[in-house]
Amino acid sequence: MANIIMFCILAVIIIGSAIVCVFTKRIMRAATFLLFVLFGVAGVYFLLDYTFLGTAQIAIYAGGLTMLYIFAIQLVSKRTLQGLQERQRGKTVVAGALVALLGLVTVGLVLLKNEFIDMSASMVDAEVPMSVIGEKLVGAGKYQYVLPFEFISVFLLACIIGGIMIARKEDKK
Amino acid sequence: MIPVELLLGLSTVLFFIGFFGFVTRRNLIAMLISIELVLNSVDINFAVFNRILHPGELEGFYFSLFSIGINAAETAVAIAIILNVYRRFHSDQVNSIENMKL
Repeated sequence: MANIIMFCILAVIIIGSAIVCVFTKRIMRAATFLLFVLFGVAGVYFLLDYTFLGTAQIAIYAGGLTMLYIFAIQLVSKRTLQGLQERQRGKTVVAGALVALLGLVTVGLVLLKNEFIDMSASMVDAEVPMSVIGEKLVGAGKYQYVLPFEFISVFLLACIIGGIMIARKEDKK
Repeated sequence: MIPVELLLGLSTVLFFIGFFGFVTRRNLIAMLISIELVLNSVDINFAVFNRILHPGELEGFYFSLFSIGINAAETAVAIAIILNVYRRFHSDQVNSIENMKL
């Protein structure tokens, strides 16, 4: 029961912050409310007893990405920070809301018509031990994940180099 | 224990809020923030399916973990591109980018 109450609080925080994040005119406020959404999602992971995933979410998203966004906003859009806002056309907003509602109803019906609730009784109420996560992450056996782990390190290096290449100033010849 | 419909409903609502933002916003960084909302809802889905339907295994867990890492890299590259666009076109609205090259 306490879990459900915690989940409801988190859901209200996530959905409210997401709606404000989408509707607010100022980009800096959108980034701030994105931070709240990310914290709420980390809270959902903690509720599911995936503490490692929640910690990674806070460390990477809330610590790293939000900082990146704030730097980008400061570098890019002085006008939007000073309150000069983007123009939104009413027709686009209405059309977008209609399409989003249509998709929401469709996916919601598909989810509710499935018989998930019988299987959901099998959720164990124990945290996954850290040693299991660590061994699976760097183990090379079956159902172990050293190959994607190495791939993602190479991928991050490629992204660092690509980001530098794209964002650096070109020399005037 | 939390019913699985609530968790999946939360991620669905989050997904379509992000979708709405992506369709309606005209600012590049705001569109990127909407994409972050969508990606987060998908990560919740992976974790929930793994935890509730297959509690003994960790596939969805690792998929979410790697997905978080890849999202970080993707955002960094996207922000680099946005900075470059701003330097070249002096605007961060999508309307201003009609040609890839001047």
